[in-house]
Amino acid sequence: MSDYRNNPEKVQGLVHEDSVHRDVYLSPEIFTLEMQNLWRNTWIYVGHDSQVPATGHFYTTTLATQPVVMVRGEDGTVRVLMNRCAHKGAKLVSGHQGKCEANLLRCPYHGWTFRLDGSIRSIPQKAGYDGTGFAESSAAKGVVAIANVRNYRGFVFARLAETGPSFEEYFGDSLSSIDNMVDRAPGGRLEVAGGTLRYLHDCNWKMFIENLNDTMHPMVAHESAAGTAKKLWAGQPEDAPKPMAIEQFLPFVNGYGFFDEMGVKLWENGHSYSGVNFSIHSKYSSEGDYEALMEQAYGAERARAILGEVRHNTVYYPSLTIKGAIQAIRVARPIAHDKTVIESFTFRLVGAPERLLERTVLYTRLINAPTSVVGHDDRHCYRAMQEGLAADGNEWVSMHRNHGIAEREGMAGVYNGLSEVSMRGQFRAWARFMRPPKSAGDAS
Amino acid sequence: MSTDADLVAFVYHEARLLDEQRFDEWYDLYTEDACYWMPLTRGQPDGMTHTSLMCEDKLLLRVRIERLKNPHSFSQQPRSHAQHVLQAPQVETVDAATGLAILRTPFFYMESQMDESVILSGVVWHHLVHSEGHIRIQLKKIELVNCDAALPSIQLFL
Repeated sequence: MSDYRNNPEKVQGLVHEDSVHRDVYLSPEIFTLEMQNLWRNTWIYVGHDSQVPATGHFYTTTLATQPVVMVRGEDGTVRVLMNRCAHKGAKLVSGHQGKCEANLLRCPYHGWTFRLDGSIRSIPQKAGYDGTGFAESSAAKGVVAIANVRNYRGFVFARLAETGPSFEEYFGDSLSSIDNMVDRAPGGRLEVAGGTLRYLHDCNWKMFIENLNDTMHPMVAHESAAGTAKKLWAGQPEDAPKPMAIEQFLPFVNGYGFFDEMGVKLWENGHSYSGVNFSIHSKYSSEGDYEALMEQAYGAERARAILGEVRHNTVYYPSLTIKGAIQAIRVARPIAHDKTVIESFTFRLVGAPERLLERTVLYTRLINAPTSVVGHDDRHCYRAMQEGLAADGNEWVSMHRNHGIAEREGMAGVYNGLSEVSMRGQFRAWARFMRPPKSAGDAS
Repeated sequence: MSTDADLVAFVYHEARLLDEQRFDEWYDLYTEDACYWMPLTRGQPDGMTHTSLMCEDKLLLRVRIERLKNPHSFSQQPRSHAQHVLQAPQVETVDAATGLAILRTPFFYMESQMDESVILSGVVWHHLVHSEGHIRIQLKKIELVNCDAALPSIQLFL
């Protein structure tokens, strides 16, 4: 199949209630349309405001494959600018993060300088533009600042399309997962800490996102890693203190019953989380005086409520997945239909013992690193799908598990943990947001 | 005490055991409190409050080795193969009191699985001690030159 660009209905036809056509993963044209539509119509995670702690600090990334720079302005506001000189298009800053000299963005090519809000500060030999049409050109407007940016409790999101759902409409109650992660800090604040893992995947970005709440795979794909850890620990006496690594590995090989009872919650627009009732993070040991510090900050009852919420993965469709209970996030940065970088960030809970940072650092290394035995098996399966789906004879990917009548009425709700409902919800949102964005002047 | 030549020969021997996938023998080269460390950033002070690519104690090394033997290690079907190419190891310091020797060895490393391969380079630091008459590794620190790159899977040991 091809020629999706001129045939929006054909794109819609790729998604059925209980299955999707393989072209959603395999077609470079669909990937281009995803970046032009789905990833522009929706709110995409940019970064955390602690990565730009003071005026002039910047952090670069991509949104829908476009280079952007998140920067803290003179007024303290975090803005997201296109990382493109207004003149000939050179990226203004390279590298992942840094500090702008003299609080100006200066193009390395012809020396144009821009203020931290993107407006032009100076152009060398400016008289050369006198009497030209420059003043009315796009270049004269300076660096493009993304209009729709929202900093939610430190988490910065952007919507590239001029019109579309508001931040609150788009995320709704799913923001409770970010709330819980931030509330876990006695100081009520998170800071990115512990470095960024960047893991190159040779698969479509959706395979990774779908996997986050795919609870049917750990006991199979991760048997070799977590099962081995379990076997090695098996000889230990019942009351032997478990090393943190063992404590983190073992739940991956819990049985189907555990993951089913965990439950999955689905919101509108493709967002979901697993671990409604409990999760693989529920049985971690307490760390030092952390609980006492939480009680001091919030009172006993509220502290218990915050710490009693141990969600597994929350997917903020399509770009961000978070683990509030362990303060680690993973961000999908799509590069091509079969190439994705997964970035992992860890956070310090401000006001909590440093041991909590050690726990998240260990977790992200064990599970999310390019050197992770758990990551190896996930990545292997994604790649196996990317290659396997080329096989003719069956062009459809099944997502039938626990597909039911109740869910057709309106999908938001709580379901059994092993259900593939989170994937069906993602593709329902996918189809909706794959329609081209309306321009601001569009009356319809 | 070992001579410098003994220490250098030991570093070559360790790499050979890895390349020949003699992992159980390789594991025995490490002291009980050993650490196998591949930092994520240059000049990283520790592996506790900053993420590393690897920061494995003996238990985690054992998990990796046993996993490689597990027939359900799907990412190892087919098996990966690796080759180290070491520049001559240099004995940097030897502590006369404790016998702790620190060696510096620049390297190239290739890990291959069918059509996919990853080539890594950097410097490895060995902290070697003596235990019951044998040279043993207390710390192996691998500083990758491209530690900040988006890396594909690295499945074996550098």
